[in-house]
Amino acid sequence: MSTFGRLCLLVLVTGGLWATGSAEELSGKEMKSLDGQVQEIKSDVLGIASELSNLEERLLFPSNTQVSIFVSMADDEDFRLDAVEIAINGELATHHIYSYQELEALQKGGVQRAYTGNITTGPHDLLVTMKGKLENGKDFSESGSFSFSKGVKPKTLGITLAGPGLGKEVIEVGDW
Amino acid sequence: MLRARLSTIGLLGLALVVSPASGEELKDLYFGEALYQAHQGRFFEALERLDTEVRQHDEIDEPELDSLFFHIDDAEFSLGDFELRYRMHHRAGRAIKAVLEGAVDELVRNDAAYRLARIHFQKNQMDDAILALDRIEGRVPDALRDDIEFLRANVFLAQGKPEDSIGILEKLEGPKSFGGFASYNLGIAYLQNGQRQEALQQLEKAGLIETDDQAELAIRDKSNLVLGTALLEDGEYERAIPILNRVRLEGPFSNQALLSAGWANLSIERTERAVVPWRMLAEREVTDRATQEAMLALPYAYGKLDVHGRAAISYGHALDAFGAEVENLNDSIESIRAGKFLEALVREEIRQDKNWVIRLRSLPESPETYYLMELLASHDFQTGLQNYLDLADLQKKLRTWQKNFDAFDEMVGIRHEHYEPLLPIIDTEFREFDSRLRLRIEQHKMLVKRRDDLLTTPRPEFLATREEQMLLARLENLEAAVHGLESPAANLSRQRIKRLKGTLIWTLETEYHERLTRFDKNLRGLDEAMAVAQSQYDQYVRARQAAMHSYVGYEQPIKVLRAKVAHASETIERLMARQGYLLELVAVEELLARRGRLERYGDKARFALADSYDRATQAQAHRSDEQ
Repeated sequence: MSTFGRLCLLVLVTGGLWATGSAEELSGKEMKSLDGQVQEIKSDVLGIASELSNLEERLLFPSNTQVSIFVSMADDEDFRLDAVEIAINGELATHHIYSYQELEALQKGGVQRAYTGNITTGPHDLLVTMKGKLENGKDFSESGSFSFSKGVKPKTLGITLAGPGLGKEVIEVGDW
Repeated sequence: MLRARLSTIGLLGLALVVSPASGEELKDLYFGEALYQAHQGRFFEALERLDTEVRQHDEIDEPELDSLFFHIDDAEFSLGDFELRYRMHHRAGRAIKAVLEGAVDELVRNDAAYRLARIHFQKNQMDDAILALDRIEGRVPDALRDDIEFLRANVFLAQGKPEDSIGILEKLEGPKSFGGFASYNLGIAYLQNGQRQEALQQLEKAGLIETDDQAELAIRDKSNLVLGTALLEDGEYERAIPILNRVRLEGPFSNQALLSAGWANLSIERTERAVVPWRMLAEREVTDRATQEAMLALPYAYGKLDVHGRAAISYGHALDAFGAEVENLNDSIESIRAGKFLEALVREEIRQDKNWVIRLRSLPESPETYYLMELLASHDFQTGLQNYLDLADLQKKLRTWQKNFDAFDEMVGIRHEHYEPLLPIIDTEFREFDSRLRLRIEQHKMLVKRRDDLLTTPRPEFLATREEQMLLARLENLEAAVHGLESPAANLSRQRIKRLKGTLIWTLETEYHERLTRFDKNLRGLDEAMAVAQSQYDQYVRARQAAMHSYVGYEQPIKVLRAKVAHASETIERLMARQGYLLELVAVEELLARRGRLERYGDKARFALADSYDRATQAQAHRSDEQ
């Protein structure tokens, strides 16, 4: 076999898809040291993010007027959720169109914070509309009207969505 | 149980995957929110939420009343999980160690020990990985039993102890979850252990698995490639050929398999057959090393077949391709040195695509990114690149936050201007209302006390009407006035006063219960009115507090956070510069090495081209002579 062939085999045997250069070997240590520093700054920025969220919440959504609405999907649901619209007292609070990733995250048990806002204490109306596609490809749109009462503490509502036609409540709203 | 689950991606590609919450009711919304972010690969956001939630949970006096209490083990695991996914190995290790050292259930502790072992494995700390695995004792989660053993075997392999991994891998060949991975790793273990024959048999087995899974198809190809290569080394060319031919033409190992198949054929003088894979390979992506070698090997084979004319043409093609490639490399090197490599890496529109690395490679206007895939084969480069991208993301966040501070300042200023002149007027009115309310509260308390007293000690006179009270007082005055007088008129007056008083007392006594009931009813009505007044009072106090809280007490926190953000931003700037410089250095070194190799190939091709021309000319002359 020629030297050329042997060289080629050597590459295969060592499994080296790419042989690293000397500069990289030299920079390996530096890369590792940088990696430690990057982890530290990530930790610092996470701390800042947490403080900032706290500050933002106090500043923008004081607890006596704060209302947060979360959306989740019922277990074992595989319908395609396209959009959710939420209105409070007849006014549009939020309208969200779901990406594939977001839908998958909901199906895996994630809970989406769909809306955070401010309302007065007392009774309020909530209208939830969802649009989507069933497994058979048929489009559907479902709405549900609910009422809730806002007290002096932050109000947290959870909306649970299920596919229509399975005997369960399609849209459920509960206090969290 | 909500539990992070291991996804086995071969020997060195282990990664944690967050598991779904299905199967158990989610009781903590914020944990669910963190999962929602994590499932989308947004680990920074997931960590930020979950970290805050877990910290708050730890600080409360009665954690069992908190909704996170039901998921705390999962939440702590997930923290470590997310940290690992966000490449924060130090913190991930700490989080999992905390679970390991806590007073937790055996199953949970063993799960944590396994995760810790995996972190060490990923960080190439094999001794620590074994120590963590050795902490596993007693009951083990069913779903993890094989994963633990597979990890143990891989650690032994990485430690250069194939003999210890063989026994484990032999047992794991059966479970479907590992598919070809255990078979392949077992083959490698035999090879490392010097059991060449067993290794070849094992790789043969791994190379024949039937599957539709892309990862398993790739490991099958790899098994065939390694087996074929080993046979080539042993000089068993004939046996190597069908094995190498098993490697899929569209798989990641196809180029190397085609190249080797060509050499195997050439080694047993089947030059025509060597031409087939090489010709196929020579038409593939020229940046690939195997393709470049095939571009020289192909005309070499033509030469051996005495087709010197075709050999000369192929050498000519190779020279042209190498020349163009050298130009590409020069452009890339120049572009990297001008900082465009790093610019291209952080382009947001590209990173939206999950195949962004592949897309980046094919950007026509970014020659510097052609070789990214090859560079990514190096672990250090990959870590460096990921760190650079993470830093770029963090910098973007910090810049947005820095801008937000100006908006916050303005918001606080507007609220201050609005409330500050209003509050003194409102406070004056409130003080009046406050003193009135206090008086009423005292009066109300007194009435309540009187009612309660009347229930135990009846006092009918207390329930007399105002007129009755006046009448009674007048009668008592008259009674006092005639007291001691001795005359018939005085006696008559005393009798009349007594009668009148008796009539009044009769009324008070007989109507007592009815009056007490009415009094109680009225008092209850008053209770309601007092409650409304108190509620309005509280509402005012809250509104007053809210108004104050909307603009007081923000100056200092905003100032501190602004400084922290600025400091972090500076640090990131510095780290990005250093990390970027290193990436550029490694990338340029790699491209220079490639250019050097291509230039050497070019020299060989030039020499061979001339030689082929000579031979073609000689052959032509020979044929002419014969004619």
